[in-house]
Formats: sequence, structure tokens, C-alpha cells
Amino acid sequence: MNAKQIQNIMFWLMAAITVLIILPVIIIFSIIIFNGYSALSPEFIFAIPRMGMKAGGIFPAIIGTLYLILGTMLFSLPLGVLAAIYLTEYATENWLTRIIEIAIVNLAGVPSIVYGLFGLGLFVMFLNIGASILAGSLTLAIMTLPVIITASREALMAVPKSFREVSYSLGASRWQTVSKVVLPNAIPGIITGTILGLSRAAGETAPILFTVAAFYLPKLPASIFDQVMALPYHIYVLSTQVPNVPERIQYGTILVLILMVFIMNISAAYLRAYFRKRKLW
Amino acid sequence: MVAKIRAEDLEVFFEKRKFLGKVKLEIETNEILAIIGPANSGKTTFLKTLNRMHDLNPEFSMQGRVYLDGQDIFREIDVLTLRKRVAMVFALPLPLPMSIYDNVTYGPRIHGIKNKAQLDEIVERCLKGSYLWEEVKDRLNTPAFNLSGGQQQRLCISRTLAVDPEVILYDEPCSGLDPISTAKVEDAMRMLKQKYTQVLVTNNTKQAARISDRTAFFLMGELIEIGPTSKIFTKPEDKRTDDYIAGRFG
Repeated sequence: MNAKQIQNIMFWLMAAITVLIILPVIIIFSIIIFNGYSALSPEFIFAIPRMGMKAGGIFPAIIGTLYLILGTMLFSLPLGVLAAIYLTEYATENWLTRIIEIAIVNLAGVPSIVYGLFGLGLFVMFLNIGASILAGSLTLAIMTLPVIITASREALMAVPKSFREVSYSLGASRWQTVSKVVLPNAIPGIITGTILGLSRAAGETAPILFTVAAFYLPKLPASIFDQVMALPYHIYVLSTQVPNVPERIQYGTILVLILMVFIMNISAAYLRAYFRKRKLW
Repeated sequence: MVAKIRAEDLEVFFEKRKFLGKVKLEIETNEILAIIGPANSGKTTFLKTLNRMHDLNPEFSMQGRVYLDGQDIFREIDVLTLRKRVAMVFALPLPLPMSIYDNVTYGPRIHGIKNKAQLDEIVERCLKGSYLWEEVKDRLNTPAFNLSGGQQQRLCISRTLAVDPEVILYDEPCSGLDPISTAKVEDAMRMLKQKYTQVLVTNNTKQAARISDRTAFFLMGELIEIGPTSKIFTKPEDKRTDDYIAGRFG
């Protein structure tokens, strides 16, 4: 074989393998859409479950997941952005900041069930909040923090150093420079990073298992101290804990969760493209 | 004449390595002082010491004293006040990613001016000060990045004027500009002479000859010679100055 033939073989081999990678995505989506679309109806989305979840809708689980996304964002976004600003703009490099950086990397690698048990121990039991939207949001927020911190730091560091120098050269303080020049130009990156982090949190089961998720609670929460149903846990319950749930309800629930996550990811990608087009430098 | 800025035995180090050694220099009020010298001669290092831009670099350390109107800039003047009084124009045109109007008003707003009429007045006065007003007065709210390189650099001068400084430092302000834009920047500098003390670091010896009152020649982190520009360019005392100006090295 000559070099050209080998080159051709390698090209087709790699192209074929690359196509294989998207195959699972296509298969998963087709199975879920094929089996689940018939369940989608206004009633399915806006009604409470009935007959021990074997009929009715999944409205409480959708609302529960939305509450958790919102609560997670409320805690993790300000904390994550402030930490990122401190690490990027203020902290000098020393042993403390290195330890913090290592901690962030490790926080991202902690298995989600460990977050769930940590949330149970700290928020639900020790702080005595009880299984609730509050405890679940806090647990998911801790899990999401490293993603938001990392994305925010990258966004802040992508703002050219020269902008900061110009600001300082005109007599601006560090905070004036951060708030008027650096942060406004980093917001697109922070937003997209946050959405991606939240979309991951939306689909997690283990962290909410002991901290918020209700097995069967066919009503809407009255306060942040209530338990709620949530889509990922509801899917687990429907498929393993309750006998004889119609398949279309199982697949329909999965489809709703996937669509929610999908919409979040698409909007992150769209926002990124939108801001890039408007970027001035 | 009283010196506006006086450097006494100024030494600058980065990571313990010496970049500037025992510089003794006086800058007079309302003069244009040109600083010339080859690459790595310490001229930009010296310039950035004057408004403490090196403070952002953790490896920076220094010895000696620098006085502004007799006050020690490292000990007796707050750094933010210093940078307002001794402002800087950078080598590359560096507009901030905002409108022309917001670029000029950035400094004044930082220093607490909020009145719209007052800001409008500052914008017009400072853009006129850098000969840019006529070219941009109808599009003040468009992004500064849409301007040409020469216009951007004059916008940067306007932005510097807007903080009402006493001294303006220029770090090779025309290095990226074509000859016509360069001439416009130089015109602006000549006009600003009445009001401001200006220090110009330049790689272009002809530019130094054209617009400066006095010239200082730096080499390898040392001040070799300083004197009236006409004298430096015709009868320099040091042979190395003569060699550099004649283009025999650097």
C-alpha cells in the first residue's frame, strides 16, 4: 500500500468513528420521541398525577424542577461570580489561592451521590431545614458552583488586559475597573456557563434524592420549606418503583425533562453566538 | 523654573533584575520632553513609573524617589489621585468597548461627575483638544472601535484630557499610525503645550526632533544625556547619543 491509500483508509476510518459517536444520541432521542410524543398533551403537562401516578399529568414534577433550577441559580450565580472575580481580579498567586483552585477542581469531580448525602447531613439534618426546596437548591448550588466559577473565570480572563490598564491609567480603582469595564464584557460568558451548569443540575437525581424530592406529592409547594416532586426522580420512580405505569407516561416524562435541558443548552449556544456577533473587539 | 516631576536616583527592578539604574531627571512645567533610546533602554519602564502603572505587576520593586510638585508619588500621593494627575496614552490605540461619548466620559464619571450638561461640555472640549471633534461630532454614540486607528488614538488622547490631568505621558503614541495621522497627533500635542506638561517616549527620533523642547537619551536602563532638543540633535555631549541619532546602532 502506498501513502495515498493509507491516507484514504485512515480518513474513512476516522470519519466512520466520528459518525458512530453521534449514533447513540440519535438512537436515544428517537426511542424517547417515538415512545413518548403520544403522551405529550396539555393535560399531561398541566395536570397532577392520578391513580398512584399511573394516569394524569406531571405538572408538580415540572414545577418542582423549575423551582430547583431557580433556587440553584439564586445561590450559585452570585457566589460563583463573586468568587471568580476575587480569584481573577484581586487574589495574588499564593498557597491559599492555589488550594482554592485545587478545591474547585476537586469539587467538580465529586460524585453527585456524595453531594446528596452531604446535603442530607448538613442542610436537612444538622441545620434542620428538613427535606425542602431550600435544602435541595443549596445542595444543587454547591454542585453547580465549580462549573459557574470556572466559566466565569474564563470569561473574565478573556477580557483583554489592556482594557484594565486603560481604566487604571485614568485613575479608576480596582472595583471601578471590574464593575465598569471587566464584568460587562464578561457577562456573555458567565451567562452561557451558568445556563450549562444549571441544565446539568436540572437533570441530576442523586443530590435531590434525600434533600427535596417527594415520591408522590400531587400538589404544588406552598413555600420553600416544602418538599416537591422533581422530574429526574419522578422518572426513576415511574420506571422502577411503581408497577404497571403505562410506557407512554414513562417516556413522556423523560421527553419533557430532555426537552427542558435541551432548550437550556440551545439557548446557551444561541446566546453565545449572539453576543459574539455583537462583540466589539 | 520649578520642576514638575523630579526623579532622584530612581532604580527599577523586575524579579530582582535591574531595568533602570540611578536615573536623575527633571521634567519642567509645560514642556514636551522626548525620551529616545533603542529597545530595552528603559524608556517605557521609566515612563510607566511616573504614574505607577508598574504597581499592577507583582514582580516590580524600586528604589529612589519620584516627586510631583515636590510630593513623593510613592509615599505622599494616593495612587488613584496620582494617575488622574499624571495620565497616560498607550502605544496602541486602546478604546474601551463602548461608544465614543462613553470613552471620553469614562474618566470623569469614575471621578464622580454625573451632570449630563457638564459631561457634554467635557466631551466637546476634549475632542476638540485632540482635533477629533469635527470628524466624530455627529456619531458620538457609535462604538469607538468603528473609528480608524489614527482617530482611535486621538480619541484616547481626548479620554486622557477628560480627567483633567497636569501631566500627560505618551508611550510611543504613533507607532501604529500612518504619517498623516501621526501629524495630526503631533499637532494636538503642540496645541496642548500651553496647558499640560507632556512626556513622550518615541522610537522615532525625527518625531522627537519635530515636537519636543528637550530630549533625554536612555541606553541599557541608564540616562545617558538630557538637554535641549536642538543641542541633543546637533552637538550631543556623549558619543553614544550621537551614534544612536545618526542611526549607527539601535
